[in-house]
Amino acid sequence: MSQWKNFSKGFIRENPVFILLLGLCPALGVTSSAVNGLGMGLATTFVLVMSNIVVSLIKDLIPAKVRIPSFIVVIASFVTIVHLVMEAYVPALFEALGLFIPLIVVNCLVMGRAEAFASKKDTGSAIIDGLGMGLGFALALTVLGGVREVLGSGSLFGFPFIEGDGMLVFVLAPGAFIAMGYLIPLNNMLKKKTE
Amino acid sequence: MEYILIIIGAVFVNNIVLAQFLGICPYMGVSSRVSTSIGMSGAVMFVMTLATIVTFLIYNYILVPFNITFLQTISYILVISSLVQMVEIILKKVSPALFQALGIFLPLITTNCAILGVTLLAVREDYGFSLMEGIVFAIANALGFALTIILFAGIREHLDLMDVPKGMRGAPAALVVAGILALAFMGFAGLV
Repeated sequence: MSQWKNFSKGFIRENPVFILLLGLCPALGVTSSAVNGLGMGLATTFVLVMSNIVVSLIKDLIPAKVRIPSFIVVIASFVTIVHLVMEAYVPALFEALGLFIPLIVVNCLVMGRAEAFASKKDTGSAIIDGLGMGLGFALALTVLGGVREVLGSGSLFGFPFIEGDGMLVFVLAPGAFIAMGYLIPLNNMLKKKTE
Repeated sequence: MEYILIIIGAVFVNNIVLAQFLGICPYMGVSSRVSTSIGMSGAVMFVMTLATIVTFLIYNYILVPFNITFLQTISYILVISSLVQMVEIILKKVSPALFQALGIFLPLITTNCAILGVTLLAVREDYGFSLMEGIVFAIANALGFALTIILFAGIREHLDLMDVPKGMRGAPAALVVAGILALAFMGFAGLV
Protein backbone atom coordinates (compact mmCIF):
# COMPACT_ATOMS: atom_id res chain seq x y z
CA MET A 1 0.00 0.00 0.00
CA SER A 2 1.45 3.35 -1.00
CA GLN A 3 1.89 5.97 1.70
CA TRP A 4 -0.59 8.30 0.00
CA LYS A 5 -3.27 5.61 0.11
CA ASN A 6 -2.33 4.93 3.72
CA PHE A 7 -2.82 8.61 4.51
CA SER A 8 -6.00 9.24 2.51
CA LYS A 9 -7.94 6.15 3.56
CA GLY A 10 -9.23 7.88 6.69
CA PHE A 11 -11.10 10.60 4.83
CA ILE A 12 -13.83 8.76 2.95
CA ARG A 13 -12.98 5.13 2.25
CA GLU A 14 -12.36 4.10 5.86
CA ASN A 15 -13.65 7.17 7.65
CA PRO A 16 -13.45 6.31 11.35
CA VAL A 17 -16.83 7.84 12.18
CA PHE A 18 -19.02 7.31 9.13
CA ILE A 19 -17.74 3.91 7.97
CA LEU A 20 -16.10 2.25 10.98
CA LEU A 21 -18.49 3.78 13.55
CA LEU A 22 -15.63 4.32 16.00
CA GLY A 23 -15.54 7.13 18.52
CA LEU A 24 -19.24 7.84 18.28
CA CYS A 25 -19.46 9.27 21.80
CA PRO A 26 -17.32 12.36 21.16
CA ALA A 27 -18.60 12.55 17.58
CA LEU A 28 -22.16 12.99 18.84
CA GLY A 29 -21.40 14.64 22.16
CA VAL A 30 -19.32 17.67 21.23
CA THR A 31 -20.50 18.57 17.73
CA SER A 32 -23.06 21.23 18.60
CA SER A 33 -20.92 23.61 16.50
CA ALA A 34 -18.26 23.24 13.80
CA VAL A 35 -15.57 24.82 15.99
CA ASN A 36 -16.14 22.34 18.81
CA GLY A 37 -16.01 19.45 16.34
CA LEU A 38 -12.76 20.71 14.83
CA GLY A 39 -11.20 21.25 18.27
CA MET A 40 -12.12 17.76 19.43
CA GLY A 41 -10.90 16.29 16.13
CA LEU A 42 -7.51 17.99 16.38
CA ALA A 43 -7.07 17.01 20.04
CA THR A 44 -7.79 13.39 19.11
CA THR A 45 -5.43 13.61 16.12
CA PHE A 46 -2.61 14.74 18.40
CA VAL A 47 -3.19 11.87 20.83
CA LEU A 48 -3.53 9.40 17.97
CA VAL A 49 -0.29 10.43 16.22
CA MET A 50 1.75 10.59 19.43
CA SER A 51 0.47 7.28 20.78
CA ASN A 52 1.02 5.64 17.37
CA ILE A 53 4.65 6.85 17.40
CA VAL A 54 5.34 5.62 20.92
CA VAL A 55 3.54 2.31 20.44
CA SER A 56 5.39 1.56 17.21
CA LEU A 57 8.70 2.39 18.94
CA ILE A 58 8.12 0.22 22.01
CA LYS A 59 6.26 -2.62 20.30
CA ASP A 60 9.26 -4.98 20.56
CA LEU A 61 9.94 -4.17 24.21
CA ILE A 62 6.56 -5.05 25.72
CA PRO A 63 5.41 -8.65 26.17
CA ALA A 64 2.29 -9.51 24.20
CA LYS A 65 0.31 -10.32 27.36
CA VAL A 66 0.50 -6.85 28.86
CA ARG A 67 0.36 -4.88 25.64
CA ILE A 68 -3.20 -3.57 26.04
CA PRO A 69 -2.58 -2.09 29.54
CA SER A 70 0.71 -0.61 28.31
CA PHE A 71 -1.03 1.00 25.34
CA ILE A 72 -3.66 2.41 27.68
CA VAL A 73 -0.97 4.03 29.86
CA VAL A 74 0.73 5.54 26.78
CA ILE A 75 -2.57 6.91 25.49
CA ALA A 76 -3.62 8.21 28.92
CA SER A 77 -0.33 10.11 29.28
CA PHE A 78 -0.89 11.98 26.02
CA VAL A 79 -4.51 12.63 26.92
CA THR A 80 -3.33 14.20 30.19
CA ILE A 81 -0.93 16.42 28.21
CA VAL A 82 -3.75 17.54 25.90
CA HIS A 83 -6.01 18.09 28.92
CA LEU A 84 -3.53 20.37 30.70
CA VAL A 85 -2.46 22.27 27.56
CA MET A 86 -6.05 22.96 26.51
CA GLU A 87 -7.04 24.00 30.03
CA ALA A 88 -4.19 26.52 30.02
CA TYR A 89 -4.38 27.98 26.50
CA VAL A 90 -7.95 27.52 25.17
CA PRO A 91 -10.13 27.55 28.31
CA ALA A 92 -13.32 28.37 26.37
CA LEU A 93 -12.98 25.35 24.08
CA PHE A 94 -11.94 23.24 27.09
CA GLU A 95 -15.17 24.21 28.87
CA ALA A 96 -17.24 23.38 25.78
CA LEU A 97 -15.67 19.94 25.29
CA GLY A 98 -15.77 19.25 29.02
CA LEU A 99 -15.84 15.60 30.00
CA PHE A 100 -14.97 14.42 26.50
CA ILE A 101 -11.31 15.48 26.78
CA PRO A 102 -10.39 12.87 29.43
CA LEU A 103 -12.65 10.44 27.59
CA ILE A 104 -10.29 10.44 24.57
CA VAL A 105 -8.59 7.63 26.53
CA VAL A 106 -11.48 5.29 25.88
CA ASN A 107 -12.02 6.40 22.29
CA CYS A 108 -12.00 3.06 20.47
CA LEU A 109 -10.35 4.76 17.48
CA VAL A 110 -7.11 5.53 19.35
CA MET A 111 -6.89 2.10 20.98
CA GLY A 112 -7.91 0.41 17.73
CA ARG A 113 -5.17 2.05 15.66
CA ALA A 114 -2.55 1.29 18.32
CA GLU A 115 -3.56 -2.36 18.45
CA ALA A 116 -4.36 -2.97 14.78
CA PHE A 117 -1.76 -0.80 13.05
CA ALA A 118 0.99 0.80 15.14
CA SER A 119 1.91 -2.37 17.04
CA LYS A 120 2.67 -4.11 13.74
CA LYS A 121 4.16 -1.49 11.42
CA ASP A 122 7.22 0.76 11.34
CA THR A 123 7.16 4.24 12.88
CA GLY A 124 6.89 6.12 9.55
CA SER A 125 3.73 4.32 8.44
CA ALA A 126 2.32 4.60 11.97
CA ILE A 127 2.70 8.39 11.90
CA ILE A 128 1.03 8.65 8.50
CA ASP A 129 -1.75 6.28 9.57
CA GLY A 130 -2.35 8.27 12.75
CA LEU A 131 -2.36 11.55 10.87
CA GLY A 132 -4.73 10.27 8.16
CA MET A 133 -7.14 8.62 10.56
CA GLY A 134 -7.02 11.55 12.98
CA LEU A 135 -7.69 14.12 10.27
CA GLY A 136 -10.46 11.91 8.88
CA PHE A 137 -11.99 11.91 12.37
CA ALA A 138 -11.56 15.70 12.58
CA LEU A 139 -13.15 16.11 9.15
CA ALA A 140 -16.14 13.97 10.13
CA LEU A 141 -16.63 15.90 13.38
CA THR A 142 -16.33 19.25 11.61
CA VAL A 143 -18.86 18.24 8.94
CA LEU A 144 -21.27 16.90 11.56
CA GLY A 145 -20.76 20.01 13.70
CA GLY A 146 -21.17 22.23 10.65
CA VAL A 147 -24.44 20.59 9.59
CA ARG A 148 -25.83 20.84 13.12
CA GLU A 149 -24.69 24.46 13.49
CA VAL A 150 -26.16 25.53 10.13
CA LEU A 151 -29.51 23.84 10.79
CA GLY A 152 -29.64 24.54 14.49
CA SER A 153 -28.39 28.08 14.95
CA GLY A 154 -28.09 29.41 11.38
CA SER A 155 -24.38 30.08 11.55
CA LEU A 156 -21.14 28.38 10.50
CA PHE A 157 -17.90 28.57 12.54
CA GLY A 158 -19.66 31.21 14.62
CA PHE A 159 -20.57 33.50 11.68
CA PRO A 160 -24.35 33.92 11.48
CA PHE A 161 -25.94 34.04 8.03
CA ILE A 162 -29.66 33.86 8.68
CA GLU A 163 -31.84 36.09 10.80
CA GLY A 164 -33.41 34.66 13.92
CA ASP A 165 -33.07 31.16 15.34
CA GLY A 166 -32.68 27.90 13.48
CA MET A 167 -34.19 24.57 14.35
CA LEU A 168 -33.04 24.36 17.94
CA VAL A 169 -33.47 20.58 18.01
CA PHE A 170 -30.32 20.13 15.91
CA VAL A 171 -28.16 21.78 18.55
CA LEU A 172 -29.72 19.60 21.25
CA ALA A 173 -29.12 15.88 21.74
CA PRO A 174 -31.71 14.39 19.29
CA GLY A 175 -30.30 16.40 16.39
CA ALA A 176 -26.91 14.73 16.83
CA PHE A 177 -28.35 11.25 16.31
CA ILE A 178 -30.56 12.29 13.40
CA ALA A 179 -27.87 14.31 11.56
CA MET A 180 -25.44 11.43 12.02
CA GLY A 181 -28.02 8.97 10.71
CA TYR A 182 -28.34 10.91 7.47
CA LEU A 183 -24.63 11.63 7.02
CA ILE A 184 -23.66 7.93 7.00
CA PRO A 185 -25.57 7.07 3.78
CA LEU A 186 -24.24 10.30 2.25
CA ASN A 187 -20.68 9.23 2.96
CA ASN A 188 -21.44 5.76 1.57
CA MET A 189 -22.60 7.43 -1.65
CA LEU A 190 -19.35 9.42 -1.85
CA LYS A 191 -17.40 6.25 -1.18
CA LYS A 192 -19.11 4.51 -4.11
CA LYS A 193 -18.37 7.47 -6.39
CA THR A 194 -14.66 7.47 -5.57
CA GLU A 195 -14.25 3.74 -6.18
CA MET B 1 -35.22 12.87 49.19
CA GLU B 2 -31.83 13.82 47.77
CA TYR B 3 -31.28 10.26 46.61
CA ILE B 4 -34.59 10.28 44.77
CA LEU B 5 -33.63 13.50 43.03
CA ILE B 6 -30.29 12.00 41.98
CA ILE B 7 -32.03 8.88 40.65
CA ILE B 8 -34.69 10.74 38.66
CA GLY B 9 -32.09 13.18 37.37
CA ALA B 10 -29.72 10.47 36.18
CA VAL B 11 -32.30 8.06 34.76
CA PHE B 12 -34.65 10.44 32.97
CA VAL B 13 -33.47 14.04 32.79
CA ASN B 14 -29.75 13.71 32.13
CA ASN B 15 -29.92 10.24 30.67
CA ILE B 16 -26.40 8.95 30.23
CA VAL B 17 -26.89 7.75 26.65
CA LEU B 18 -29.50 10.02 25.15
CA ALA B 19 -28.54 13.32 26.79
CA GLN B 20 -24.85 12.93 27.70
CA PHE B 21 -23.72 10.72 24.80
CA LEU B 22 -21.75 8.31 26.96
CA GLY B 23 -21.63 4.62 26.12
CA ILE B 24 -22.83 5.02 22.55
CA CYS B 25 -20.57 2.20 21.34
CA PRO B 26 -22.25 -0.59 23.34
CA TYR B 27 -25.56 1.22 22.80
CA MET B 28 -25.22 0.76 19.04
CA GLY B 29 -23.18 -2.44 19.21
CA VAL B 30 -25.06 -4.86 21.45
CA SER B 31 -28.60 -3.54 21.12
CA SER B 32 -29.75 -5.82 18.31
CA ARG B 33 -31.29 -8.34 20.77
CA VAL B 34 -33.16 -7.65 24.01
CA SER B 35 -31.43 -10.57 25.77
CA THR B 36 -27.89 -9.37 25.02
CA SER B 37 -28.73 -5.83 26.01
CA ILE B 38 -30.02 -7.07 29.38
CA GLY B 39 -26.71 -8.91 29.89
CA MET B 40 -24.73 -5.82 28.98
CA SER B 41 -26.78 -3.64 31.34
CA GLY B 42 -26.13 -6.08 34.18
CA ALA B 43 -22.38 -6.02 33.56
CA VAL B 44 -22.39 -2.23 33.30
CA MET B 45 -24.27 -1.84 36.57
CA PHE B 46 -21.91 -4.18 38.37
CA VAL B 47 -18.69 -2.57 37.15
CA MET B 48 -19.97 0.99 37.28
CA THR B 49 -20.92 0.74 40.95
CA LEU B 50 -17.67 -0.95 41.95
CA ALA B 51 -15.55 1.43 39.86
CA THR B 52 -17.26 4.48 41.35
CA ILE B 53 -16.61 3.28 44.91
CA VAL B 54 -12.94 2.54 44.24
CA THR B 55 -12.17 5.67 42.21
CA PHE B 56 -14.07 7.86 44.68
CA LEU B 57 -11.87 6.60 47.50
CA ILE B 58 -8.70 6.95 45.41
CA TYR B 59 -9.58 10.48 44.40
CA ASN B 60 -10.46 11.74 47.86
CA TYR B 61 -7.85 9.88 49.91
CA ILE B 62 -4.87 9.64 47.54
CA LEU B 63 -5.05 12.11 44.67
CA VAL B 64 -6.37 15.13 46.58
CA PRO B 65 -4.20 14.87 49.76
CA PHE B 66 -1.01 14.43 47.71
CA ASN B 67 -2.10 17.16 45.27
CA ILE B 68 -1.71 14.96 42.20
CA THR B 69 -5.17 15.32 40.69
CA PHE B 70 -3.60 15.69 37.23
CA LEU B 71 -3.05 11.92 37.38
CA GLN B 72 -6.83 11.42 37.55
CA THR B 73 -7.28 10.15 33.99
CA ILE B 74 -4.36 7.71 34.08
CA SER B 75 -5.16 6.31 37.51
CA TYR B 76 -8.87 5.96 36.75
CA ILE B 77 -8.40 4.06 33.52
CA LEU B 78 -5.87 1.74 35.17
CA VAL B 79 -8.19 1.12 38.10
CA ILE B 80 -11.11 0.39 35.81
CA SER B 81 -9.23 -1.98 33.53
CA SER B 82 -7.70 -3.92 36.42
CA LEU B 83 -11.03 -3.94 38.22
CA VAL B 84 -12.69 -5.50 35.19
CA GLN B 85 -9.99 -8.18 35.05
CA MET B 86 -10.39 -8.87 38.76
CA VAL B 87 -14.17 -9.04 38.58
CA GLU B 88 -13.82 -11.49 35.72
CA ILE B 89 -11.49 -13.77 37.70
CA ILE B 90 -13.55 -13.61 40.90
CA LEU B 91 -16.85 -14.17 39.13
CA LYS B 92 -15.43 -17.20 37.35
CA LYS B 93 -14.54 -18.77 40.71
CA VAL B 94 -17.44 -17.62 42.87
CA SER B 95 -20.43 -17.59 40.59
CA PRO B 96 -20.02 -19.47 37.31
CA ALA B 97 -23.69 -18.84 36.48
CA LEU B 98 -23.31 -15.07 36.70
CA PHE B 99 -20.03 -15.33 34.79
CA GLN B 100 -21.85 -17.20 32.04
CA ALA B 101 -24.39 -14.41 31.81
CA LEU B 102 -22.02 -11.44 31.98
CA GLY B 103 -18.76 -13.03 30.81
CA ILE B 104 -18.55 -11.93 27.21
CA PHE B 105 -19.56 -8.37 28.06
CA LEU B 106 -16.94 -7.78 30.74
CA PRO B 107 -13.89 -7.26 28.46
CA LEU B 108 -15.92 -4.80 26.37
CA ILE B 109 -16.55 -2.67 29.42
CA THR B 110 -13.01 -1.34 29.83
CA THR B 111 -13.46 0.79 26.74
CA ASN B 112 -17.03 1.76 27.61
CA CYS B 113 -16.80 5.49 28.11
CA ALA B 114 -19.92 5.41 30.28
CA ILE B 115 -17.89 3.86 33.12
CA LEU B 116 -15.01 6.34 32.98
CA GLY B 117 -17.48 9.18 32.40
CA VAL B 118 -19.59 8.37 35.46
CA THR B 119 -16.56 7.88 37.71
CA LEU B 120 -15.24 11.27 36.57
CA LEU B 121 -18.64 12.92 37.06
CA ALA B 122 -19.09 11.45 40.53
CA VAL B 123 -16.16 13.45 41.96
CA ARG B 124 -17.00 16.74 40.27
CA GLU B 125 -16.77 19.64 42.65
CA ASP B 126 -20.02 21.29 41.61
CA TYR B 127 -21.93 18.10 42.51
CA GLY B 128 -20.10 17.66 45.82
CA PHE B 129 -21.26 14.08 46.29
CA SER B 130 -20.57 12.08 49.42
CA LEU B 131 -19.56 8.45 48.93
CA MET B 132 -23.14 7.25 49.43
CA GLU B 133 -24.49 9.80 46.95
CA GLY B 134 -21.77 8.76 44.51
CA ILE B 135 -22.88 5.13 44.74
CA VAL B 136 -26.53 6.08 44.23
CA PHE B 137 -25.45 8.24 41.28
CA ALA B 138 -23.58 5.29 39.72
CA ILE B 139 -26.49 2.88 40.18
CA ALA B 140 -28.95 5.43 38.82
CA ASN B 141 -26.80 6.02 35.74
CA ALA B 142 -26.52 2.28 35.17
CA LEU B 143 -30.33 2.06 35.45
CA GLY B 144 -30.63 4.86 32.91
CA PHE B 145 -28.30 2.99 30.60
CA ALA B 146 -30.28 -0.22 31.06
CA LEU B 147 -33.59 1.53 30.42
CA THR B 148 -32.48 3.14 27.16
CA ILE B 149 -30.58 0.17 25.76
CA ILE B 150 -33.40 -2.29 26.48
CA LEU B 151 -36.02 0.09 25.03
CA PHE B 152 -33.81 0.60 22.00
CA ALA B 153 -33.21 -3.14 21.52
CA GLY B 154 -36.95 -3.73 21.61
CA ILE B 155 -37.46 -1.15 18.87
CA ARG B 156 -34.56 -2.49 16.80
CA GLU B 157 -35.97 -6.01 16.82
CA HIS B 158 -39.05 -4.59 15.13
CA LEU B 159 -37.01 -2.34 12.87
CA ASP B 160 -35.40 -5.41 11.30
CA LEU B 161 -38.78 -6.44 9.94
CA MET B 162 -39.53 -3.04 8.43
CA ASP B 163 -39.03 -2.06 4.81
CA VAL B 164 -36.28 0.53 5.29
CA PRO B 165 -34.76 2.24 2.20
CA LYS B 166 -31.59 0.42 1.16
CA GLY B 167 -29.10 3.16 2.01
CA MET B 168 -30.58 3.66 5.48
CA ARG B 169 -30.55 0.02 6.58
CA GLY B 170 -28.61 -0.89 9.70
CA ALA B 171 -26.76 1.81 11.61
CA PRO B 172 -28.30 4.92 9.92
CA ALA B 173 -31.88 3.87 10.62
CA ALA B 174 -30.91 2.90 14.17
CA LEU B 175 -29.35 6.33 14.71
CA VAL B 176 -32.47 8.13 13.49
CA VAL B 177 -34.56 5.96 15.83
CA ALA B 178 -32.18 6.83 18.67
CA GLY B 179 -32.71 10.49 17.78
CA ILE B 180 -36.47 10.14 18.07
CA LEU B 181 -36.00 8.32 21.39
CA ALA B 182 -33.82 11.21 22.55
CA LEU B 183 -36.60 13.61 21.52
CA ALA B 184 -39.00 11.66 23.71
CA PHE B 185 -36.59 11.82 26.64
CA MET B 186 -36.33 15.59 26.19
CA GLY B 187 -39.86 15.69 27.54
CA PHE B 188 -38.39 14.96 30.97
CA ALA B 189 -36.27 18.13 30.88
CA GLY B 190 -36.95 20.45 33.78
CA LEU B 191 -38.36 17.66 35.93
CA VAL B 192 -35.64 18.04 38.56
